[in-house]
Amino acid sequence: MSEVPKLTLGPVLFNWKPERWRDFYLRIADEAEIDSVHLGEVVCSKRQPFFDPLMPQVIERLSAAGKEVVLSSLALVMTAKEREAAQTLAGVEGFLTEANDLSFAAALKGRPFVVGPFVNVYNEGTLAYLAGLGAKRVCLPIEVPGSTIAYLAAQGLAEIEVQVFGRLPLAMSARCYHARSRNLSKDGCQYVCGEDADGMAVDTMDGKPFLTVNGTQTMSYRYHNLLGELAALRNAGVGRFRLWPQSCDMVAVAALFRRVLDGQIDPSEANRLLADLAPDAEFANGYIHGREGHLLVDEELLTA
Amino acid sequence: MSAENVELVCPAGTPAALKAAVDAGADCVYVGYRDETNARNFPGLNFSRPELTEGIAYAHERGTKVLVAINTFPRAGRPEIWHAAVDDAARLNADAVILADIGLCDYASKKHPELRLHLSVQASASSAEAIRFYHQAFGIRRAVLPRVLTVPEIAALCADVPIEMEVFVFGGLCVMAEGRCALSSYATGHSPNTNGACSPASHVRYVDKGDKVVSQLGGFTINTFGTGEPAGYPTLCKGRFEANGKLSYLFEEPTSLNTLDLLPELIAAGVTAFKIEGRQRGRAYVGSVVKAFRQAVDAIRRGEAPPPFMLDGITEGGKQTAGAYERSWR
Repeated sequence: MSEVPKLTLGPVLFNWKPERWRDFYLRIADEAEIDSVHLGEVVCSKRQPFFDPLMPQVIERLSAAGKEVVLSSLALVMTAKEREAAQTLAGVEGFLTEANDLSFAAALKGRPFVVGPFVNVYNEGTLAYLAGLGAKRVCLPIEVPGSTIAYLAAQGLAEIEVQVFGRLPLAMSARCYHARSRNLSKDGCQYVCGEDADGMAVDTMDGKPFLTVNGTQTMSYRYHNLLGELAALRNAGVGRFRLWPQSCDMVAVAALFRRVLDGQIDPSEANRLLADLAPDAEFANGYIHGREGHLLVDEELLTA
Repeated sequence: MSAENVELVCPAGTPAALKAAVDAGADCVYVGYRDETNARNFPGLNFSRPELTEGIAYAHERGTKVLVAINTFPRAGRPEIWHAAVDDAARLNADAVILADIGLCDYASKKHPELRLHLSVQASASSAEAIRFYHQAFGIRRAVLPRVLTVPEIAALCADVPIEMEVFVFGGLCVMAEGRCALSSYATGHSPNTNGACSPASHVRYVDKGDKVVSQLGGFTINTFGTGEPAGYPTLCKGRFEANGKLSYLFEEPTSLNTLDLLPELIAAGVTAFKIEGRQRGRAYVGSVVKAFRQAVDAIRRGEAPPPFMLDGITEGGKQTAGAYERSWR
């Protein structure tokens, strides 16, 4: 609690063009007030080969800028190739890695690691077990309410990280809905997920924005935004906050969250500025208040 | 694995369904307590402790095993509800418990080393490495595979792990990786992982708009039906949505899994147990599905082709799919 709160930039979940992906991270390295930056393909292993050649340059620049680089593993491991990739990543020395699937955690053989939000950590029993395996930091699943976050932070077993900005990763599938929306198979997907930098909007039949599709991943339409809850989360012992990259100006978004954490700006003022930075975004914070994830709740966060 | 040893694992949401499944030839039935500790926590379903005691006696007298699903993720600060569920299953001589949570697996393996542990589909263990982890850490003896793998992937997996594999063969079909889906909680606040309920009836509304009926979940329109057309249940991932300028069943049609034709291949792949989904179903449904699969497995044991059977009338929307077992589904 006494420590300065940290900001994490989650891995880019979308299929951005490789050059755009590289330039995004180079700018983060040079300009963003972010402590830790995650790299790696979490959603679809078919995308990874496009980013692999750019990794060394991006890692070098981020490291040189003093950022902690964390390598994230794939969330849903099915094929032989995906299993091999996980084993290779587990063998990489010199970097902290994030396990988004338990097969990866097991492969780390006791080395310190981060538990990603795609691993189900809902309670102290699981937290304690994973801490015993070497988990030093745990990014909690999106569904957990403030009371659970506070309870788990109070255990003192691992650093607790909470997702605070961006479209919520809601579900993973073996099936690719981006391909399906174009009547393509996953094997012949033509990488159509790359056409939607912030995901493909999914509306209800009566035209209400509802979800977003990112290949095999289903996300919220609304952007998660916990600017108003940061102070309560800090008081509950949360020391680290995760921003998910979207195509808006993430350097500016990070700066906003930083200023609220540092008490330099009022959350309501920050919310006004955030609306300017992401003018098309609608926001939600329901999960942390123990409500429907899509809701925007205007009440104080209870963490007891 | 040979057909001789294959087990038919059948749903029992009520004592009546348990009897129907046992009488129709189930090798195992799986059940849950009437609370949030299981992933089918719906009103009017599941077992009290006395009902479970009686159900286990009925099943055991007829040579059928009883597996108790305790497959939600315990709430922080309240593990005792889930611990008691495991303790009671052991005390009542359940043949196994089906668990998803790492902490609960840890508890069960230490507190009840003799109790057989199965890994729930909700744990989303989709690779040999993940399954070996649960086996080595907690002595898990059988894993229920997530509905994401193809038959060749299942075969490779079976050859690569030292424990039994169970796969879904019939019934409701999750299109998302189980245990990793927050669509229901996003729309309704009720989560399969923590509340044990997906797309709960409490949040369903059917709105009559004159020329059509609109089905809603948590205020979101999931589908519409013409007058006279039967209005299906608005399970979120089986709805019609607009994406890329097109209205479609983007995630999945209102369809049921049916792998009857794949049973020989699944046996050849090394699968130990076939699971029928449907603890929310009545005893008539359970009885007829179990009977059909009993006949199919027995035919395969005799070296015959499974007999054709008439389940079309009782599957969701009348449609069936082999799901992820066939690569083209992805």
